Amino acid sequence: MSAQPRLVEVRKNVLKQNDLIARALRERFREAGVLVVSLVSSPGSGKTAFLEKTLTRLHSRHKVAALVGDLATENDAARLARSQAPVKQIITGTVCHLEAAMVQNALSGWNLNELEFLFIENVGNLVCPSSYDLGEDLRFVLLSVTEGEDKPLKYPTIFNSADVAIITKSDLAAAVEFDEAAARRNIQAVRPGMEVFKLSSKTGEGMTEYLEFLERRRVRPRIDDLIANELHVVGE
Amino acid sequence: MHELSIAMSIVEMAQEESECRGGAQVQAVHLRLGLLSGVVKEALLSSYEMACHATPLEGSQLFIEEVPVEVFCPKCDAPRSVSSIQWFCCPECGTPTPTVLHGKELEVVALEINTLEPYATEIEQ
Repeated sequence: MSAQPRLVEVRKNVLKQNDLIARALRERFREAGVLVVSLVSSPGSGKTAFLEKTLTRLHSRHKVAALVGDLATENDAARLARSQAPVKQIITGTVCHLEAAMVQNALSGWNLNELEFLFIENVGNLVCPSSYDLGEDLRFVLLSVTEGEDKPLKYPTIFNSADVAIITKSDLAAAVEFDEAAARRNIQAVRPGMEVFKLSSKTGEGMTEYLEFLERRRVRPRIDDLIANELHVVGE
Repeated sequence: MHELSIAMSIVEMAQEESECRGGAQVQAVHLRLGLLSGVVKEALLSSYEMACHATPLEGSQLFIEEVPVEVFCPKCDAPRSVSSIQWFCCPECGTPTPTVLHGKELEVVALEINTLEPYATEIEQ
């Protein structure tokens, strides 16, 4: 019984399992008519404050909910609960990112048909979350003015994987001499055409413009899908 | 650092594939890794060794082929390789483009397996 090495073709995506769950989630979200937005950023860029303001302001007019991922503690969920919107914490333990299965589990018991917007706050990390599709319609990447204008160039993969960039803590821009033009240039370099909003969760500056964008986006996701599909075909 | 969980998925996938082929011993796994996959080659290689520990794949090798980023240039109407992942534009005409055609791959393409002679003979018959 001598061994004979042989090369066999496999051709399988390593994240196939995650992608299948994400695809099923996306289908469920679409059927329920809920716009799903995920948030990624480095720790401390203001994701939770941004989400709290978003939930509070949308809550009066729309049915909104949020899932928040963290390695430990339920502090964020408690903070976000002040917005009166349903919020569930996903404790990832030692895992540095959210996966589609975690989102699927966290949604059990929720009726998606009763929702218009669902926000998923990822673990604060600009590396790992980029590989995992969560079934979201839009991925927001947050960049606070205190982090430096070159963040997009340092983490091009996650910025490229996002659909919208949010520049947060605009109230501190002058104090830290934030170069907005450079930041916008760097964002466009790694993701040409990306929509950018600059705002302050604290003062509310820029929030209205961004919320109007979200509301517009919710009523026309199907049109955007059609355009995206067409682009994809051209790309092929 | 999610390379360990990725490595564990690769080991699991390779094990399943080898079981489909009569439980043959996997000697090597060939992987295509895009520069935009969010996975670091060196970290994945060292994680792979850990992930193989105490599994039937212990001692096997991981070969990684890196896939460069290719975008679609709408002006040239052609696929183009970008020179840097910090600058998504056509290297020929300079047109910025967000359309990524390649570079996100994270794919097991092939396995090198040891087929025991009797099994191979069975298949041939």
